[in-house]
Amino acid sequence: MFAAVLLGGAVVSVWIMLGAFSVAVVVGLFMALVASTRNRPLRFLVTCYVEVFRNVPALTQLFIIYFGLAQIGLRLQPIPAAIIGLGLGGGALLTEVFRAGIEALHHGQREAALAVGMTPLMAVRHIILPQAWRIVLPPLGNYSMSLLKETSVASAIAAPEIMFYARQLVTRTFETPLIYSMTAFLYLAMCLPIGRLVARLERGSRSWQ
Amino acid sequence: MSATSPPGAAAPRATPAVSRQGDAAVVTIEDLYKNFGSLEVLKGIDLAIAWGEKVAIIGPSGSGKSTLLRCVNYLEVPTRGHIYLEGELFGERLVDGRHVRMSERELASQRKHIGMIFQSFYLWPHLTARENVAIAPEKVFGLPRKAALELADTMLAKVHLAEKRDAFPERLSGGQQQRVAIARALAQEPKVILFDEPTSALDPELVGEVLKVIEELAAEGRSMMLVTHEIRFAQNVADRVVFIDHGVIVEQGPPAEVIRRPSHERTRSFLSQLLQDG
Amino acid sequence: MIQFFEIYVAKLPEWWPEMLAAAGSTLLLTGYAFGIAIVFGLCLALAKLSRNRVLSRAATLYVELMRGIPTLVVLFIIYFAIVPLGITLSALVAGALGLGIHAAAYVAEIFRSGIETIHRGQREAALAVGMTPRQTLRYIVLPQATAIMLPPLINMLVIVLKDTSICSLISAPEIMLRAKDLASTYFRPMHLYVLAGAMYFAMAWPLSLMARGWARRLGRGRHGA
Repeated sequence: MFAAVLLGGAVVSVWIMLGAFSVAVVVGLFMALVASTRNRPLRFLVTCYVEVFRNVPALTQLFIIYFGLAQIGLRLQPIPAAIIGLGLGGGALLTEVFRAGIEALHHGQREAALAVGMTPLMAVRHIILPQAWRIVLPPLGNYSMSLLKETSVASAIAAPEIMFYARQLVTRTFETPLIYSMTAFLYLAMCLPIGRLVARLERGSRSWQ
Repeated sequence: MSATSPPGAAAPRATPAVSRQGDAAVVTIEDLYKNFGSLEVLKGIDLAIAWGEKVAIIGPSGSGKSTLLRCVNYLEVPTRGHIYLEGELFGERLVDGRHVRMSERELASQRKHIGMIFQSFYLWPHLTARENVAIAPEKVFGLPRKAALELADTMLAKVHLAEKRDAFPERLSGGQQQRVAIARALAQEPKVILFDEPTSALDPELVGEVLKVIEELAAEGRSMMLVTHEIRFAQNVADRVVFIDHGVIVEQGPPAEVIRRPSHERTRSFLSQLLQDG
Repeated sequence: MIQFFEIYVAKLPEWWPEMLAAAGSTLLLTGYAFGIAIVFGLCLALAKLSRNRVLSRAATLYVELMRGIPTLVVLFIIYFAIVPLGITLSALVAGALGLGIHAAAYVAEIFRSGIETIHRGQREAALAVGMTPRQTLRYIVLPQATAIMLPPLINMLVIVLKDTSICSLISAPEIMLRAKDLASTYFRPMHLYVLAGAMYFAMAWPLSLMARGWARRLGRGRHGA
């Protein structure tokens, strides 16, 4: 019975994770591209975004978006608020990941591709992207795992995910140890497959290096 | 010959190698076997190195030469057989007639009497040349820091690197790094020095300076075991050449005999191949 | 916008002392949690690297488990779920303990990979000159590993600092809890959470910069090799 309730929460956790992940990838890619331009003011803004979001707790960001925006008249539902909040925080992290991926490839790779007669598009398609993908994949995998765990914080803004239901069940039944160990187990069961995948990807990319 | 013993070398129990010449063997290898999993690398090696003797070990790659050397100071633990240093059991103790492995601490106190030169030098990158040489005298032999550093300077002078004493390894050429490594081993006042292909990782133009230093040490009458691919060098320096293949000693004897007139077919084909490449 | 700042000017004198005291507990919490993480993490790393199979398996299992469970869940288990066992901890102690044993799993990995990056040959060279394994660790491995491990350890410190915010959910008296209380008293959540965010930023950012500066210097050093 407890398990059914928690599993219901797990579905919401996964939705929040997928939503926040998409936001983070889009924002991160966009910011990384902006950062690779020559426009100084824009690059400065990207740096500000990254530094602020990387050095403020996720919980604080969520509270600003959920409670703070409501104060100035912008009332968000808990789940969208969680997706936006966690997504923006993740975007700051992924900006750095993507930027590192782009920078790692600037050295001669493109020129070499052009020198053997590839078009710029072919160079991107056959040389740049396959390598950037392998550089970026392990940190992306790690991020998805920590993001899944971070969704638990969304219970604090009443997003109905695993932790939210766990806390509700505890106040109703007082089966505290049982429910929280089930919660821990549920997260583990969701994280371990991702962790395995990440480890395998990392091994793959290392043997390639 | 007493000039070979540096001032301030207060290493306990480490007497100048020369005075022990004429005693029994410095190193005795007895019925040595070594397996890595199902792979048999050494299959029954018996070898004794006399005081002051220089033994060159040659053989094809994968023949077990390096493993043999690493077994002598127990960096590899033999699967079977025993090592003796000055007739004393090495790395093991006899308890009720059974051989028992020593603790790491006891092993360390035996290892300090054997110097080792690695193919890839393995200098410690966070220490200067001088500190690399001084750290064992200070921490292992318990010399005061000042005396250890002075000893290090003496040893660096012996390998002609006195002026590089404050350089970090990354600032030194491969040949210089290997000479620092030799100084590091000398600072132990070793009873025997093991050279594990000391010039294999070097650019050709740097090989000479390292070989010259080793030759100088050989002339001092030190006991040495040398694994090397430099056949001519082995011929010049060694008192005895041991040819190993497939984990066994195929033949051994004075360099003139083994290298010029090898009696065994396998030795002959190995040497002809090597001399062709050189 | 101007109105927004006027409220800060008007109310900050009332909020500031309370928030500053809360920041003190946040720092205290961070310090204790990170201390626990370092000590316990080093033990885990050594256990993981040890030749004793049981010990290294147990440490590996612990690290894997902790990395699959959210910090918040660990906190709730320590604060709420062990009460029936007859142990009652203050929120602050439970918070430090929870964050500490959780972060220890990550710290252990930092230590382990730091120690493992030191080439095996360097350790062998140390053994060959007669150093004991302990001396080898102390004089050869750790001095080098420390330099490599420092940036990731400082980053971990930043993570622990940020994670203290969730201790507010077990009502440990730190920045976020105080901000929440004040927000409900004054009906100014935006102001108070932005203030809280600014305080975290002021503490975390210098550390982040330090970690990055150190990492850059290391990178340069290695290129010289």
